[in-house]
Amino acid sequence: MLDHLIASAASFSGDVDGLFVLITVLVGVWFIAAEAMFFWLIFRFRAKDGEKAQYVTGKEKHLKKWINIPHALVLVCDVVIIVAAIRVWVTIKQTLPPADRTVRVVAQQWAWTFADPGPDQKLDTPDDIRTTDELHVEVGKTYHFLLESKDVVHSFFVPAFRLKQDADPGRIYTGWFKPTKTGSYDILCAEICGIGHGVMGALLVVDTPEAFQAWEQAHAAETPAEAASATESTPAPAAGQ
Amino acid sequence: MAQHSHEAAHVAGASHDAHHHQNWFQKYCWSTDHKMIGMQYMFTGMAMALLGAFMAYVFRMQLAFPGHAVPGFGLVSPGQYNMLITNHGSIMIFWVAMPVLIAGFGNFLIPLMIGADDMVFPRLNRLSYQLFLLSALVLIASLFVQNGGFGGAWTAYPPLSADKHYNLTPWGSSLWLIAVVLEFVAFLLGGINFIVTSMNSRAPGMKAFDVPIVVWTIVIASILFLASVGPLVAGAIMLLFDQLLGTSFFNPTRGGDPVLWQHLFWFFGHPEVYVVMLPAMGIVAEVMTVFARKKLFAYKTVIYTIIATGVLSFFVWAHHQFVAGIDPRMANVFTVTTLLISIPVAEMCFVYIATLYGGSIRLTTPMLWALAFIAEFLIGGVTGIYLGSSGLDVFFHDTYFVVAHFHYTFFPIAIIAVMSGVTFWFPKMFGRQLNEFWGKVHFWGTIIPFNGIFIPLFILGAAGEHRRIFDYSNFEHMSKPWMIDMRIAATVSLVVMLAFQIPFLINFVWSMFKGPKVGKNPWNANTLEWTADSPPPHGNWAVMPEVHRGPYEYSVPGRERDFWPQDEKV
Repeated sequence: MLDHLIASAASFSGDVDGLFVLITVLVGVWFIAAEAMFFWLIFRFRAKDGEKAQYVTGKEKHLKKWINIPHALVLVCDVVIIVAAIRVWVTIKQTLPPADRTVRVVAQQWAWTFADPGPDQKLDTPDDIRTTDELHVEVGKTYHFLLESKDVVHSFFVPAFRLKQDADPGRIYTGWFKPTKTGSYDILCAEICGIGHGVMGALLVVDTPEAFQAWEQAHAAETPAEAASATESTPAPAAGQ
Repeated sequence: MAQHSHEAAHVAGASHDAHHHQNWFQKYCWSTDHKMIGMQYMFTGMAMALLGAFMAYVFRMQLAFPGHAVPGFGLVSPGQYNMLITNHGSIMIFWVAMPVLIAGFGNFLIPLMIGADDMVFPRLNRLSYQLFLLSALVLIASLFVQNGGFGGAWTAYPPLSADKHYNLTPWGSSLWLIAVVLEFVAFLLGGINFIVTSMNSRAPGMKAFDVPIVVWTIVIASILFLASVGPLVAGAIMLLFDQLLGTSFFNPTRGGDPVLWQHLFWFFGHPEVYVVMLPAMGIVAEVMTVFARKKLFAYKTVIYTIIATGVLSFFVWAHHQFVAGIDPRMANVFTVTTLLISIPVAEMCFVYIATLYGGSIRLTTPMLWALAFIAEFLIGGVTGIYLGSSGLDVFFHDTYFVVAHFHYTFFPIAIIAVMSGVTFWFPKMFGRQLNEFWGKVHFWGTIIPFNGIFIPLFILGAAGEHRRIFDYSNFEHMSKPWMIDMRIAATVSLVVMLAFQIPFLINFVWSMFKGPKVGKNPWNANTLEWTADSPPPHGNWAVMPEVHRGPYEYSVPGRERDFWPQDEKV
């Protein structure tokens, strides 16, 4: 259902969309039943001349079941939703499948910078490919990302991947994704981070293996060796920079 | 002493310190009368609502027509946009919902409904309003200082809020925080008064389960507020120290932790939702029983569900932080507690719907608002399930789905229930009746466009439109033509809704002075406030009432009249 509104391009985005459908069906039934009952009662018991209201206290057993049975059913639906929600959560946030490649994502007022490990597959080596506002990944590969912020709280949000993780200064978070469809997708900052928050975007480009290799070769060649001495791994934002 | 004269007055059945003539200043600026203070809270809240609504108008216009000057404001800069959304949120929750629902209705209704002549601490009550007024003035002042008002969102997450180098509003952010602290101290004083008064000053014969639901809800909400506000006030003062003294409670570069603030904020912030929701539910219960001429279905069950909701509300705060970098296992616990809160809240909704069964329903203006509360609040309730589910919150967090969800809870609470209460108790406040025709025009002119604003925002949120963005044309996935159309539809609906507030304001002011006069009990209601004069004098009753039965004895078989006031002897 969400897929009609926004592209779905990662391995777990279908799980998130499935959870959305499940909840919509369950709460939709309740919502329609409750509103229908509500409007029917208003219509049925409109004041009429000479007709008094009934004296109903709510202690009558045959009436109380109209509250108690739905109530028990709400609890059942809650349990179903809790189980489904936690399953999806565990997939996205609690399990970390082995990575084919690890990238670094750095948020800073008001730009995203990325580091790809380059041909040697290791971060913080001279062949790292550093980019600003554009992250290239290869379709079908499992990626880990190391997320950090240099100043305030940002949030790494890739809507097409159904992925969101806040970046807090002073910490490094590890998460994962596995792109399933080629194309380019928006990366946004989802946590207000100052006057430039509204323009803090980047592109996530999912390449075919060939295109990715070509991109990597083109960029590895032009990345200067001294870039390796940069110290992204120890974020040290000075208050007042 | 105030208490002594109060007690003496209660015993003697006479009004306290109201015997001497009061000049204008004593009556309107230095009054200790709970009704005057309650109405002052309401009027201040309504004035702040106009300011908050104007802010909403400006930023919605910017979102629908980015880059165009907004009539009445001009071009909106990104900094101003952040200031507008921050202060819209702060004002509507802290300076509108809280003062009107808790302080306004609480002050006006509690002594009248329990048969007391005033609050137990009338001068503390006076101080509470004065501090609140001061906090509102400080907040307004914060909009006009160097670099303008605070723009770090109403949640004020540090380090953005803690450091002027990041938020660029050195004065705005400090004044905003000072206003928040002052305001909470004000409500703390008011809340203590509500709890003590309702426990000690009930009319003779009034047992706990003879107390009207709205008093129960306000008192339980006050207890929730007392229990939750401490961490936030402490956090706010720590944040103020970070801003002004260079401490680093929340600054990681010197050993602080930004996530600590989030816990302190939401430990208060989530119970806060119920602090304002419970009185709204109470108001709706009062209005529904009167206009359905029915006993409230399962009165005691409602009270137990209110208490259960209040207790559970303390165990759900971290659902605001699923993606905030807390230990991911915590999300599982908070998913369970969050979804469990649907149990008492659903029970309350079922009870309200069941109250209509067998009724003799009169669709007066207050009743229309009360019914609309239930119809709209259900939408807010069921959409909360989406967001409490951790696996889906990964996507929906901080999107417009959240914005639409909480407006579907807060708008029914802070506007629909309030309108129900204001139109219901207006005759008691001013001794005159509001115009029904214009009341209904206002009702439909508010309810229909309200849905026109927020239904599109649900869809936009599900399409990945996230919050607090100044101009969506910077992003490809949020620039589709249908999304632009929906933004315009939401904005047009907002303008229509705001235009329909004009008949209400005119009706309100006109009826205050020129509306048809009413007697003590124009709605034929049971609760004690309707046994006092309209409007009640300082001290409320010449002879204090006695209570003989519960508040909802409508349509009792074997009686000629379909109501049976609480103080009427058999």
